[in-house]
Amino acid sequence: MKHFEIQEQDQVYDAIVVGSGAGGGMAGYVLANAGLKVLMLEAGPFFDPAKDALQLRWPWESPRRGASTVRPFGDFDAAYGGWQLEGEPYSTVDGTDFQWFRARMLGGRTNHWGRISLRMGPDDFKPTDGVTDAWPITYDEVKPFYDKVDRLIGVYGTVEGLPNEPDGIFLKPPKPRLNELFIKRGAKKAGVTVIPGRGAVLTEALPGMKGRGTCFYCGQCGRSCKVYGDFSSSSCLVIPAMKTNNLKVIDNAMVREVLTNDEGLATGVSYVSTVDMKEYSVRGKLVILGASACESARLLLNSKSKAHPGGLGNSSGLVGRYLHDSTGSSMSGFIPELIERKRYNEDGTGSVHIYSPWWLDNKKLNFPRGYHIEYGGGLHMPSYGFLDWVPSVNGQVPDKDGKKKEQGGYGISLKNDYRRFYGANVGMAGRGTALAHKDNYCEVDPNKVDKFGIPVLRFHYKWGREEVAQAKHMQETFQSIMHEMGAIITSPTYGPDTSYGLEAPGKIIHEGGTVRMGDDPKNSVLNKWCQSHDCKNLFVVDAAPFVQQGDKNLTWTILALSMRTAEHILEQRGKLNI
Amino acid sequence: MNRRDSIKAIGLGTVGTGLLLESCRPGDSNKTAEETTQSSGKLPGVQDFEHARNTELNKEQFFTEHEMATITVLSDIIIPKDDYSDSASTAGVPAFIEFMVKDIPDYKLPMRGGLKWLDVQCLKRFNKVFTDCEEKEQLTLIDEIAYPLQAKPEMQQGVAFFSLMRNFTASGFFTSEIGVKDIGYIGNRPGPWDGVPEDVLKQYGFTGNE
Repeated sequence: MKHFEIQEQDQVYDAIVVGSGAGGGMAGYVLANAGLKVLMLEAGPFFDPAKDALQLRWPWESPRRGASTVRPFGDFDAAYGGWQLEGEPYSTVDGTDFQWFRARMLGGRTNHWGRISLRMGPDDFKPTDGVTDAWPITYDEVKPFYDKVDRLIGVYGTVEGLPNEPDGIFLKPPKPRLNELFIKRGAKKAGVTVIPGRGAVLTEALPGMKGRGTCFYCGQCGRSCKVYGDFSSSSCLVIPAMKTNNLKVIDNAMVREVLTNDEGLATGVSYVSTVDMKEYSVRGKLVILGASACESARLLLNSKSKAHPGGLGNSSGLVGRYLHDSTGSSMSGFIPELIERKRYNEDGTGSVHIYSPWWLDNKKLNFPRGYHIEYGGGLHMPSYGFLDWVPSVNGQVPDKDGKKKEQGGYGISLKNDYRRFYGANVGMAGRGTALAHKDNYCEVDPNKVDKFGIPVLRFHYKWGREEVAQAKHMQETFQSIMHEMGAIITSPTYGPDTSYGLEAPGKIIHEGGTVRMGDDPKNSVLNKWCQSHDCKNLFVVDAAPFVQQGDKNLTWTILALSMRTAEHILEQRGKLNI
Repeated sequence: MNRRDSIKAIGLGTVGTGLLLESCRPGDSNKTAEETTQSSGKLPGVQDFEHARNTELNKEQFFTEHEMATITVLSDIIIPKDDYSDSASTAGVPAFIEFMVKDIPDYKLPMRGGLKWLDVQCLKRFNKVFTDCEEKEQLTLIDEIAYPLQAKPEMQQGVAFFSLMRNFTASGFFTSEIGVKDIGYIGNRPGPWDGVPEDVLKQYGFTGNE
């Protein structure tokens, strides 16, 4: 490179937000609406679901019929990226595993997420079992922000009054599908609680909300919604915030480091354009990281200076530590009673219609905390591989003539079997609390850089006894629900050799904890406002500040905490503290 | 925005409801599955590199003419025409399989090798390749590889190949316009969701208050 030139901009923004997902989007939205001049940098391209969603496309509009060769959740899914990105590797230390999912696009992973929107409960913030550290904040301190997020974005559900599963301000939930009625019936007999789902989908008009449509039940939230009927950060936060003229978005901007001055305060960021590969730097009074838990940690660790020799804000040495995902294990099968079921449109919403919140008392169990269960199955849109299970089970139930036939086959008889079994399938997946351990972490790989020359992450992550015991419990529970609903299991039996089907860390895409908050600067990176202990004009608003997530999918908490941080920033600016 | 406005916003609302549903129904397009597979049109939201990859794969030819002929016969043995719908090959399944083995190259060898295995078996028994065999001869062999639990140990390679071929055929057929219509999927269109229809609830002993 002969001319290495950094293009500097003169404008000093009130705030620079790195990342446009749930955390970055919410911070940008709140600050821009309050009149601050905000610059948002996104590593991927601009994405507007109204134009770019592959919603309502038919399977034959993909040459691979929606197979997951290119996009991990299939051709129509709205995530640009995946567990592997071309030219942007990461490494793992031998004997450990971590799968890092990155979506490079405006709105990040919120474009394709399951919209399952659960609040963490009082015991999640202040555990009573002493197994993990307490958060510096209580549920009651976060509750007003959960409420505001419910009102701003919309979530369906039902008021249940369950312990540690706080209710919200709910829109009406979608009614259960047929398979879900079978699941409810079976789960009840198995002693497992099932309640209506909680999803960020507008099943009715949201009071006061303009510019968003209501759900028309295509069941395709994963493709992102052209009428903004579900929550994506792109459609519900960033694009509306741009309309204030206070938020500017630069896409295809991969942030290299956070710049600091001699006093150790943040002055802006430098980034490389992924389009022209030129180097840029921009200045801001505040820097807010919402790049995703691991990407924000990486950015801090790569931002070394005289004032911050171990990486920005890392005097505690804890940046990258306490990395934790959710646990996941699943089971699938089919309901013989549903063979040859009547056809009708049951697409419903693309989020869950029912779910099982954690229902047990840990005193009688050999693992701490718990998991919730998500359910699936039914007459869904055909896609690659959706009937592969049929020839391996068609010998297990009697044919029309009452006789059992041989498993497998071909011809008109098999063609009929595909028709007969379609929609009879059922699936369930547990999502549980994985414990935040100091020894599970990411750090900068001393030997490797990505295609932009940015040092990459190296992961150390191992499941503990607790996570494996939890997965075992999931499998036993699933078996008992399947049995009680009269279903036949088609998935493999997961034993101790596979850790009971426990997915690799990172596979559930709920990673958090890498820049954790706390009251003690020696024991945490951020204070309770998600503000760096070491650098007062630096904030982190993704899942990195989480001390310990519950079994609840973390997006709703990211949104609430980011809103809380943004409002704190506004308040402190008023007092001229930052 | 209410639901009707939602539908307008995605550009479907200017026609009557009947037309709206018609416009979303499979079968309204004149394109065959094969044409769509080979189509050079990039859908909005598909990234440039994805489109370039699809275009490259479509340019490449993997299977020979003889292999494609064998795949065509096999796919129609697996999913033949019946009273309700047409055959796998009519729905474009052979072209879909050609695309898939290039898309997931791990399938190239098992498919090529399996097709060869099939021909060698036929040459040994009938002194002809599979496509030249009488239907009765073809089915004699297929019967030995189509039922995994019954198959003799020496036929296991054939069983593995046939299972792969069967999955490809079912995927290709039931995701085509013909197949989606055949299987009776009637979603992927705007509409209300008010729970399981009354008669279906009753059929399975539910009251609707569960």
